Amino acid sequence: MLQLFFARLLSMFGVILGVVTLVFLLIHLVPGDPVQAMLGESATATDQVALRHALGLDQPLLTQYFNTLQNLVRGDLGTSLYSKEPIREMLARRIPVTVLLTLAGLAVAMAIALPLGSVAALNKDKFWDYTAMSFSLLGISVPHFWLAPLLIMIFSLHLGWFPVSGYQSWDSLILPALTLGTALAAILARMVRATLLEVLNEDYIRTARAKGLSRRAVIIHHALRNAALPILTVLGLQLGALLGGAVITETIFSLPGIGQLTVESIQRRDYPVVQACVLLISVSYVGVNTFTDLLYSWLDPRVHYHA
Amino acid sequence: MLKWRVLIPSVILGSWAILSLVAQWLPLHPNQITLAAILQPPSFDAILGFDDLGRPLLARLLMGARTSFFVAFWVVLISMSFGTLIGMISAWLGGYVDLWIVRIIDVFLAFPSILLAIALSGLLKPDISNVVFALSAVGWVGFARLARAQTLSLKRREHVQAAVALGAGNFRILRWHVLPLLLAPLTVEATFGIAGVVIAEAGLSFLGLGVQAPAASWGSMIRDGTLYMLIAPHLVLAPGIALCGVVLSVNLLGDRLRDYLDVKRKD
Repeated sequence: MLQLFFARLLSMFGVILGVVTLVFLLIHLVPGDPVQAMLGESATATDQVALRHALGLDQPLLTQYFNTLQNLVRGDLGTSLYSKEPIREMLARRIPVTVLLTLAGLAVAMAIALPLGSVAALNKDKFWDYTAMSFSLLGISVPHFWLAPLLIMIFSLHLGWFPVSGYQSWDSLILPALTLGTALAAILARMVRATLLEVLNEDYIRTARAKGLSRRAVIIHHALRNAALPILTVLGLQLGALLGGAVITETIFSLPGIGQLTVESIQRRDYPVVQACVLLISVSYVGVNTFTDLLYSWLDPRVHYHA
Repeated sequence: MLKWRVLIPSVILGSWAILSLVAQWLPLHPNQITLAAILQPPSFDAILGFDDLGRPLLARLLMGARTSFFVAFWVVLISMSFGTLIGMISAWLGGYVDLWIVRIIDVFLAFPSILLAIALSGLLKPDISNVVFALSAVGWVGFARLARAQTLSLKRREHVQAAVALGAGNFRILRWHVLPLLLAPLTVEATFGIAGVVIAEAGLSFLGLGVQAPAASWGSMIRDGTLYMLIAPHLVLAPGIALCGVVLSVNLLGDRLRDYLDVKRKD
């Protein structure tokens, strides 16, 4: 277990180093001059030199790279070009909203997917299966940025139940969480159905039924519990989509989170902040996936033999 | 039962494809502003009404379809070619080449894909070719992973071993003995890829990072429409329904295609 733990941790740091490198290289790899793109075509040569210097782009590539790494290890993410604030403080202020939104989205997804997938699996190839899977297909095909305006139109404008946008209290999070959770619920419901169908054919399910347990008890205590593991893995992998979706969702609902900061910074051409946001989101994604991996092997002793 | 599930999506996709191909010869005026018609709802004269600048929505929708199909075609073509090439080479050569390519793939997978596309197109000047670049830079990874996994298992097949024994070169084996067998899974992946790219392009345009005015994209149409949701809901509904219709059709066809190709493989 300990060996697996350190092996996973090591590979996580490898990937994180790669992520840092790629984010660092983004500005150099993209065709064209980023400084010119940031300042626009009418910028004077003096301004361009000044910005180049402020970003450290006038130094040799390797020096820049090691400076970046050194600063990151010290927890220094630089300062914003736009507000001159330390980026670390900007992120710290925004993180809670994004974490709340992501967790709420996750909860919505689970609340929809578990019953939907179970109903589909238990009524395989029957009416409810088709209905549930059609809904799931619809959920996959409706993008966040269209579902959100629809929800706003129905629940905020016509019914007046929730605020249109902004972040005042907990009910500001309901529509964004619904937006974010539905797409994930659709994917998850398919996964729950497939896993449950596999599990339901196992011997221990038949044994549980044979010893006289009710259908309901068998599904909740025997089938869903064993189906939980693959579902957990998918959940970890889908967190990336959830975080990516949070960028769009936060922008639509004007939630002051990391995603909104990313888009705002792109519009302001505040390059260091964009870099920091992308880094933060990707590193948390890698972290959660490593954690899921470890959790998986802790929950299921069989995984050890393969590790 | 089975027939309409193929027929309806094919008809939807086919008519969009034909309409967007012939759109330039149709009597449409997507950029013509009629001030008197601003935000007018659908009527007999204009089937889908007018947008916030008094431009006919139907014509704009067709322009948006052109954008969608253009981006989807090029992104899937580029990322499939590049990804497949990288994946095949990686699996075939093995050793350090494979090790490093897998590491690079892992790093790309560590980004939520839409986030990397947003960051890339945010750095570049917003226009259609940069959208293609950003989405291809993200899209090749899936194809590379698939091609690598498939090539690894094909490597041990008898016909490939026989080709090696006969002294065929690397290129010859990959082109004539491996690639043909990769086509089925790659086609399925590409089909779902189209759905993903159509949504991603609209998403980028929604954020203002895609095609720029006066060119139309379904994503930017939805964004512009959200400002007038209360008085002119058709501005949001029309492009959204078009977008979902296309994505849903592609997903349905992809599902059928996957089932069909799987059945064939089992035979």
